[in-house]
Amino acid sequence: MASHDNDIPGDEAPEQHERTYSTGHLSLDKSGEDASGTPADGIPTDSPEAPPDLDSEAAQIVHQDRDIAVAVGDNLVEIRDLTVQFGGLTALDAVTFDIRRGEILGLIGPNGAGKTTCFNAMTGVYKPTSGTVTLEGKPLRGMKKHAITRAGFARTFQNIRLFGEMTALENVVVGLDARHQTSVLGALVRSPRHIREEKTSIEHGMALLEFVGIADKAGELARNLPYGYQRRLEIARALATEPKLLCLDEPAAGFNPAEKEELMALIRTIRDDGYTVLLIEHDMKLVMGVCDRIVVLEFGKKIADDVPKAIRENPAVIAAYLGVEEEDADGAA
Amino acid sequence: MTSPIEDVAASQAHADEQAEETRKPTRFAGLQRWWNGLARPQQWLVLGLVAVLLYALPLLNPPLLTTPGYDFPIVLCDMARFALVALGLNVVVGQAGLLDLGYIGFFAVGSYVAALWTSTDSTMVKIPYLATLPLAMIVTGFVGVVLGLPTLRLRGDYLAIVTLGFGEIIRLLATIIPALKGNTGFQNIGSPPGAWNGKPVFTITNGTPWFWLFLTVIIVVTLLLGNLERSRVGRAWIAIREDEDAAEVMGVPTFKFKLWAFTIGAAIGGLSGALFAGQIGFVNNQKFDVATSMLFIAAVVMGGAGNKFGAMIGGAIVAYLPYRFGFIADKKYLIFGVVLVMLMIFRPQGLFGARNHLLAYGRSIKRQAARLRRDARGDAALKEGA
Ligand SMILES: Nc1ncnc2c1ncn2[C@@H]1O[C@H](COP(=O)(O)OP(=O)(O)OP(=O)(O)O)[C@@H](O)[C@H]1O
Ligand SMILES: [Mg+2]
Repeated sequence: MASHDNDIPGDEAPEQHERTYSTGHLSLDKSGEDASGTPADGIPTDSPEAPPDLDSEAAQIVHQDRDIAVAVGDNLVEIRDLTVQFGGLTALDAVTFDIRRGEILGLIGPNGAGKTTCFNAMTGVYKPTSGTVTLEGKPLRGMKKHAITRAGFARTFQNIRLFGEMTALENVVVGLDARHQTSVLGALVRSPRHIREEKTSIEHGMALLEFVGIADKAGELARNLPYGYQRRLEIARALATEPKLLCLDEPAAGFNPAEKEELMALIRTIRDDGYTVLLIEHDMKLVMGVCDRIVVLEFGKKIADDVPKAIRENPAVIAAYLGVEEEDADGAA
Repeated sequence: MTSPIEDVAASQAHADEQAEETRKPTRFAGLQRWWNGLARPQQWLVLGLVAVLLYALPLLNPPLLTTPGYDFPIVLCDMARFALVALGLNVVVGQAGLLDLGYIGFFAVGSYVAALWTSTDSTMVKIPYLATLPLAMIVTGFVGVVLGLPTLRLRGDYLAIVTLGFGEIIRLLATIIPALKGNTGFQNIGSPPGAWNGKPVFTITNGTPWFWLFLTVIIVVTLLLGNLERSRVGRAWIAIREDEDAAEVMGVPTFKFKLWAFTIGAAIGGLSGALFAGQIGFVNNQKFDVATSMLFIAAVVMGGAGNKFGAMIGGAIVAYLPYRFGFIADKKYLIFGVVLVMLMIFRPQGLFGARNHLLAYGRSIKRQAARLRRDARGDAALKEGA
């Protein structure tokens, strides 16, 4: 396995690699040396003491530099009376809240509260029964999903939905393509714009992978990546579309506490880079630590919308959520 | 209740197992590794040599490959025709993941374009044969758009059924519409100009020049499709195939790119049809049955859906075997059917299921990632030492 440039991240990684990778997410801690003495995923970017460095080249390329019409702290997104019904079931019931530019807004609630449905209604996956979503004052009603993405919403999926037969980098470049202009004809004749875009997308895509800490497996097929890498790749792919609002649907699901901490650090870094984040997360402690404000849903209705400290003391939330959380924690442990 | 971590671990393990399954070392794995290890100029050199060898095939008429009872250059033309069809169908089925069972319809339209504008039996204005090749592409591309606009909103099985119907409708139209002359058909279809020793080069009895024409067309189309593959277009197609909803949410205008795949595939099918019409010099309604459509699909799937070289080789093999082994000719559907079923069970990615590279400048990545990995390993070693 001596360094042989071509056999490392390629499509035909030797067996040995395969095995190391596949157990990767279970052995992210530094004890994970396998018998052959190969360091199993001993990647420094994954350790809690080394969150992605803000000054790094990667962070600079990733840095949010799109024109956003609203000032930091003003309402970037306004959700008004958003209602989604599935037959007789009202999954989302006249929910109203704002997302301010530059904040991390937590969206929490017990299982089935309607959090994912809210994401789906915002990003055009479901047509809302009624209500409006506006981005920078412009309503998004009736827009196609891909148009909404280009307007500035990007999301990850609760159940990972990567393009399995593509490499990590190619997945990210699909996100970058949302901002690319090359036409079919341009690609056919390799127009100068096509060449320019292809070149920058490699650089930009690698920077994004480095930013979320998975650049060492840029050439691996997404379906062969360890679980933790897949979750991070979802974030990188969403960031690649240069969103004004990044919606993360339980990005830390299935992580152990240390991994969760790392991920929250990453989310904070993303915010510090100028992004606005809407975060769904079950773990109350984490949400309290990372969010600037929190919206609580229960049975499709908003029951609270406040800063974390106030949420913790809100009797309705305690009744609806914190009581349940104890059980949840037991179940998950 | 199981904990989420356990669930995740189990599903990951399952996925890994499946991944392992599809990557079992095969006969071609070594070949593939060797190929990926070559530098770009070396790859071009190898491809150039292969091309020269292919051009020489009809002259060499190699003893083991040759087809007793059939004219070898003519057989080569048929193989090239299937290879070109598979190349086009691969864009639709292999890359964009749209199951098109009526591809023969496009092929037929291309044949009739060449027939109508060049045959002495046709009352249309006559144009030079070579001009019918781009014309056939435009017409079939247009038919592709017309068929695609309403049907590409359908998913999976529905699309397959509608396209199946389309293939059959084209064949029936050829029978019903008087101008298309049904079973009587068109004779004396045009051919490219050129004479050698006072005799025309392109004749229906001499397959060699036609094979060279086919081969040249295939090379050009392959190069152009390669450009598309390593661009946002090719990535959009694969993304759509992998997860259409996720692609849409990531900003891919899926309908637009599906329509492009359909149109480009149709145009290549039409091109192949026009070449075929010229080569055999005769077109009637008997050559475009649905069973041939199935052979096309079989070629793509057998070679390795998604991989253009695999698809082409698949196409060539499907055309070749019945000529080489005459005794299977009348049982070919049975045999290919069985082969397909076996393949689906034991090697679902096809004979040559290599993955496409979807980045125009992706080769630098391997080095970059390897460097990162080494750095990481170095850091780990340092920590270990400390
Ligand atoms: N496509 C659908 N069709 C019918 N019902 C649905 C659909 N999607 C969601 N629901 C229902 O809507 C309700 C809210 O679901 P949702 O997925 O939004 O919950 P959630 O808050 O994300 O929960 P979890 O924490 O489990 O992810 C649930 O009762 C669910 O069964
Ligand atoms: Mg959910």
